[in-house]
Amino acid sequence: MAKKDIELAIEARNLSIYYGDFRAVTEVNLKVVQNKITAIIGPSGCGKSTMLRAFNRMNELVPTAWAEGEVLYHGKNIYDPDVDPVEVRRRVGMVFQKPNPFPKSIYDNVAWGARVNGYKGNMDDLVEQSLKGAAIWDEVKDKLDQNGLSLSGGQQQRLCIARTIAIKPDIILMDEPCSALDPIATLHIEELMRELSEDYTIIIVTHNMQQAARVSDYTAFFNLGEGRTGILDEFGETDKIFTNPDHQTTEDYITGRFG
Amino acid sequence: MSTNIFEDNTAQSEAFHSNLSSRHRSGRIWHFVFQASTLIGIIALTVLLLNVLDSTFGYIAVEDEINPADLAINGIPIEQLHQIDLVWILEQNVSKGLFRRLESEMPWEERTREEIYDLVVARVVNPTVVDTWSLRESIFNRNQVFQEAAEKYPGARVEFKSWLSSAFLATPQSPEPERAGVRTAILGSLWTIAITIVFAFPLGVGAAIYLEEYATDTPINRLIQTNINNLAGVPSIIYGILGLAIFVRALEKFTSGAVFGLVDPTTANGRTIISAGMTLGLLILPLIIINAQEAIKAVPNSLRQASFGMGATRWQTVWHHVLPNAVSGILTGTILAVSRAIGETAPLVVVGASTFITFDPDGPFSKFTTLPIQIYQWTARPQDEFRNIAAAAILVLLALLLSMNATAILLRNRYSTKF
Repeated sequence: MAKKDIELAIEARNLSIYYGDFRAVTEVNLKVVQNKITAIIGPSGCGKSTMLRAFNRMNELVPTAWAEGEVLYHGKNIYDPDVDPVEVRRRVGMVFQKPNPFPKSIYDNVAWGARVNGYKGNMDDLVEQSLKGAAIWDEVKDKLDQNGLSLSGGQQQRLCIARTIAIKPDIILMDEPCSALDPIATLHIEELMRELSEDYTIIIVTHNMQQAARVSDYTAFFNLGEGRTGILDEFGETDKIFTNPDHQTTEDYITGRFG
Repeated sequence: MSTNIFEDNTAQSEAFHSNLSSRHRSGRIWHFVFQASTLIGIIALTVLLLNVLDSTFGYIAVEDEINPADLAINGIPIEQLHQIDLVWILEQNVSKGLFRRLESEMPWEERTREEIYDLVVARVVNPTVVDTWSLRESIFNRNQVFQEAAEKYPGARVEFKSWLSSAFLATPQSPEPERAGVRTAILGSLWTIAITIVFAFPLGVGAAIYLEEYATDTPINRLIQTNINNLAGVPSIIYGILGLAIFVRALEKFTSGAVFGLVDPTTANGRTIISAGMTLGLLILPLIIINAQEAIKAVPNSLRQASFGMGATRWQTVWHHVLPNAVSGILTGTILAVSRAIGETAPLVVVGASTFITFDPDGPFSKFTTLPIQIYQWTARPQDEFRNIAAAAILVLLALLLSMNATAILLRNRYSTKF
């Protein structure tokens, strides 16, 4: 693929994120390519999740959090004062570490987000489409009125993915989506991510190096800088990061020498 | 050294004291202490309940002013007499003034035979309770009770009486304990509590939502939170004084119903149900806020994150996820707070509950009394019979409270969500 064909889904420019006085992430420049999977890896406490949440302004739910710099989405800085974070979150969906379906029926789990965002189309079709998109339709099509919490962990996580794609985002953020799941369920989610990347841009935070190597196209390695702040140490195509990284720290982390 | 049953006297096992038996012993002692404290609590409650039951049931000695047999006409006992004969008996035996007053209340032709029969029994036969015995005496010293009654009151009959009866629930207050009931008090309590709920529930839940979901962690909000916690511990009499100053005095035009043109001619002041209800509302407001806050806090944060992550606004998150999952806790907390309000006496004394009132409250602007006030007033009376009806009223109050708590448990089981 020629360099000029690469389209960016979202881009962080000189982005620093603070919790009160503490700078959690410092001056990150990160280009996320459209319809690709970008993995964020790094040792604990280096601001991976904070970075991920910066892309849909979820950090703002922590009252002391604030950001400096820009996150460009379709040429617009999402931190501009005229941007409503609620609108950003509709376009940049999120899947969490622990499966957190709503304590509602499977149908309502998927339909709810679309409904509150004012979806105009046929809801039954959207629910079916989204559940199929998340590869869970066959398992739940006969029990759509059952509580989402009655499903297994892996199914719950796919339900959460289904409800995220029901609001038709461009980008899906995944914060360690498999860390609470068993290996089989993890495999299902990883396969699903590959399928989803045809239609969506995915950014995933993971502690599992193999997972990053298996599923992602690009990898961003975050590390702890001075004053325990998170910095983007190295970014590039996953193959390169895992086989021939530029930085010694990246290689040390990937080979398990620290972190 | 205790014996080592594994017989491995190696250096590893010698590194530890063999203190297993003393560890188990201290465990058993604490186990016993906890069991004993539970037992003491249960005993105290049982004694309380037995004490109430002891006064509610028991033998009474009744003396009739006129033997009913003497009222028989041509050998027909009064139970079988015709309505007209019963009216005639009344006319012969009560004063002219009373007879005319009764007639003017409702003409004889419009009354049923049973009503007139009851009047004959009440006004002519006029049974008076001359002595009462407790349930304990009635069960264990039955013969002694009869003997004592025969010696002291030769003309009296001894019968077993339950002071708690359907008539007790249905009749209004009366100066004579045999005829007194708790209807006015029950209605007063229900009216007051209804006002309390209408006033305190929306305010309390609203404040809790604000404090948990909207307010940020600023010094002012922390001060408000601390003060709410402190208010929950303020003695209830203080709320009574507050209610007297605000609702009874300052807002008299409103609480007496004057602004609505609803002034009850007997109460042209603010000592009305609405003042009492709002005073109790203020009293339990901090409790409702704290309980609702706890219920809202118990909703997992992951649910809010999920909702925000879907592009929901804060209000949508609160309305669709936080409240439905907190509702069982909020309702349980509210009912427990309201149970406390039902039992309150002191603030209502200050706000001006009437101690003697024979007509039913007919709205928020009526004079009123409540069950605890009624009980309080009856226990202060010298006659023994008032203590019996006070005990019966306590049972009514307990039944009301227990049924409310049962409702709270049912609601909790019905609406609670497991995560």
